[in-house]
Amino acid sequence: MAGQTSASNQTSIGAYLKNNIREYGLLVALVVIMVFFQIITQGVLFRPVNITNLILQNSFIVIMALGMLLIIVAGHIDLSVGSIVAFTGGLSAIMLVKWGIHYSIVVPICLVLGGIVGAAQGYWVAYQKIPSFIVTLAGMLVFRGLTYLVLQNRPIGPFPKDFQSLSTGFVPDLLYFVNPAPETIANFFSLVVVLVLVALAVYFGLKNRAINEKHGTENEPFVFFVLQMAVTAIVAIFLGYQLATYKGFPNVLVVMALLIALYTFLTNRSTIGRRIYAMGGNEKAAKLSGINTERLTFYTFVNMGVLASLAGMIIAARLNSATPKAGVGFELDVIAACFIGGASASGGVGKITGAVIGAFIMGVMNNGMSIVGLGIDYQQLVKGLVLLAAVFFDVYNKNKG
Amino acid sequence: MRKMDKIILEMRGITKTFPGVKALNNVNIKVREGEIHALVGENGAGKSTLMKVLSGVYPAGTYEGDIVYDGEVRRFSTIADSEHLGIIIIHQELALVPLLSIAENIFLGNEIASGGVIDWRETFSRTRELLAKVGLKEAPATLITDIGVGKQQLVEIAKALSKKVRLLILDEPTASLNETDSDALLRLLMEFRAQGMTSIIISHKLNEIKKVADNITILRDGGTVETLDCHKEDISEDRIIKGMVGRDMEDRYPSREPKVGETLLEVKNWNVFHQHHRDRQFLHDVNFTVRAGEVVGIAGLMGAGRTETAMSIFGRSWGHKITGEVTMRGKPVDVSTIPKAIDAGLAYVTEDRKHLGLVLINNIKENTTLANLEGVSRSGVIDDRKETKVATDYRSLLRIRSHSIYQETVNLSGGNQQKVVLSKWLFTNPEVLILDEPTRGIDVGAKFEIYSIINQLAAEGKGILMISSEMPELLGTCDRIYVMNEGRIVAELSKAEASQETIMRAIMRSGEKH
Repeated sequence: MAGQTSASNQTSIGAYLKNNIREYGLLVALVVIMVFFQIITQGVLFRPVNITNLILQNSFIVIMALGMLLIIVAGHIDLSVGSIVAFTGGLSAIMLVKWGIHYSIVVPICLVLGGIVGAAQGYWVAYQKIPSFIVTLAGMLVFRGLTYLVLQNRPIGPFPKDFQSLSTGFVPDLLYFVNPAPETIANFFSLVVVLVLVALAVYFGLKNRAINEKHGTENEPFVFFVLQMAVTAIVAIFLGYQLATYKGFPNVLVVMALLIALYTFLTNRSTIGRRIYAMGGNEKAAKLSGINTERLTFYTFVNMGVLASLAGMIIAARLNSATPKAGVGFELDVIAACFIGGASASGGVGKITGAVIGAFIMGVMNNGMSIVGLGIDYQQLVKGLVLLAAVFFDVYNKNKG
Repeated sequence: MRKMDKIILEMRGITKTFPGVKALNNVNIKVREGEIHALVGENGAGKSTLMKVLSGVYPAGTYEGDIVYDGEVRRFSTIADSEHLGIIIIHQELALVPLLSIAENIFLGNEIASGGVIDWRETFSRTRELLAKVGLKEAPATLITDIGVGKQQLVEIAKALSKKVRLLILDEPTASLNETDSDALLRLLMEFRAQGMTSIIISHKLNEIKKVADNITILRDGGTVETLDCHKEDISEDRIIKGMVGRDMEDRYPSREPKVGETLLEVKNWNVFHQHHRDRQFLHDVNFTVRAGEVVGIAGLMGAGRTETAMSIFGRSWGHKITGEVTMRGKPVDVSTIPKAIDAGLAYVTEDRKHLGLVLINNIKENTTLANLEGVSRSGVIDDRKETKVATDYRSLLRIRSHSIYQETVNLSGGNQQKVVLSKWLFTNPEVLILDEPTRGIDVGAKFEIYSIINQLAAEGKGILMISSEMPELLGTCDRIYVMNEGRIVAELSKAEASQETIMRAIMRSGEKH
């Protein structure tokens, strides 16, 4: 029977492309959309200041999409994140502005509070088996109401400068003394970091291939590896350079990048991640395999609460005021990002990279359409159609394969 | 006898292949108008598949061969096509909506309406007529959930009558019915025959078949064995079994020299209440032991409480108000949650591998390690190479046929899926494995392999508790057999004592007592 084992490690290029069409398709779609808006905005999209804005405007959607992806993979949904954003933003404003507490205390407190909010919802979903759609719909109303209550219907601001700079600040140029071209490159450090990261990515990519080959694990075709590395490197260096000519890396970019790395690791390599996928794929089988599905569900909601709280503070700091209306409709952007990124509404399927790219597709479209001067009416319409098209693409592929 | 010369249905050379399994291989069957034609065969012989081909569940083009119905070759592409010609199939799992009324169910998809508005008066009066025909005394507005399985079966038949049925196919109609309900159903079929209706009945209950059938077609391993005419000769049950089994028992079960050791699992005074009907006691004082190197069987009819016994022991995954004691090697163990049961050395291989056993959208590797991720990880981080090695090893050990360990389990054949579930539990290194219908729905070759694995495990000193509805399987593999009925263990038979008759007698005798 051993004759039927996989004989070759060399998958044909066509077969590989077919199996991974979703991931490449998504990247290609992002690039196409970017190029399209670059042309149609006559080059405004890729201007250093606009790229910086794009990151600042979308960081919180990306951060929340990380938590939402886990929730969706687990087979649930969270409609309350927009309200949690406003609620924790409001709480942070009260502590910082009204009570004058230092941000180094307020930030962790708010993250814990976000976790408690998530736990309060996760409890009903996980242990009382109430559908998450209903629990978080209730949460959406409850926490929006609480926000109005604690803020007493008034915005609170402005924030202390140091807190603001967490969200709107930039990583200082630690290498200013060796900057070869200070007149064009404003932040040499960020450029060096990008180059180092690209070099590391290539190095580890090659190393991993070598190890895989030794152990007989399947590798993607070399052409794809080179192509993928080349495109990623060029895009990264280009964006890094653009940022370097403006003010360098925004602080939130660093936070976001670290979180993306953490959650990618969590979903790919950790037992928790594996269990969430198994639970979303077949909850009963996961439970009968000894997985505590209730606790796991509970913690995915706690995690979502923490991330929503972080996003809430970033938004409050960015707007320099906590308002009762903050974050209205964000849940839809976040959920849309996950589904555009290939997550399955029935659970068990979805990738962090997909959700991140999905969030940026939404972000670039928002940004590009605003630059062109398209009204909010058309923006919503286009975004809705893109979401539908992306999911249709998934379903179509699945039925065909 | 009535004249039954006209052939209403002929299926010629039907061959149907699934990935990895040839479910039907050149099957031929002829059904005469106005007869009751029985279709028998072991589990996995292809009976249900054949009926799905006939009714259009598997559309024309997905199988080879011809269906000739009413003198013409038919190519059904949906169930609606076959229903349109009066071919109605009633599946083992009834297709009724529990929270709708009898009347609503009967006319579901076929509502008596004009312009989308339902004529309730007409619906109810027609329902009353149909219910009278099947002898069911219930109000048309009664909800399905409020009547028993036997009556639900009659509703299904009434629904078939409403569609102007000419050929009624019943898949295991009496499997979940008690004797009185079964008799009533069979009498009804005979009445229909007197009125000229044709039926095909799939059943395991040979005594019932003997009672009603005009012709019996026997399937084995996806092929037709023979058709027996009940009017030409007196067909005994043994004669039918011979056709179904076709060869000696020794061939089907690998031999084994049992080396029985100390007692591993012992369950004492196990009492369990029903999961949903919470005031109903379901299991009564169940006691049993499993020793090292021993294969112990649990026989019983559907609903006897075998699966419930296993699941309630395995981390209380079924039932509530569970009392009793579980010991391993003489020491009491806590099996109150599934992780604790696994730690205590138990593994439960479910009867429902698609819904409870596998994460079908995940691959072989991920399913293999699911119950013991700690075994391939360190501080919560999975060691990919270790996991790959574990999955590769089990794949070759259990001969899982797949193109790699990265194949999604949804694409595997039943036998290979079962081997993946077994891999998962073997990797938890259990002392006692509870196997619930381990060979259900898998083909004969794969069954032999599963039996060999069971023997191998027993030889390694593991205790095996095997639940099966196929008595020959239990007789062929087990060293000792417990018989369950109505939530109680009613007999314990040694290999020497056990036979189909002694098992059935134990069930019948206990049924009289309660």
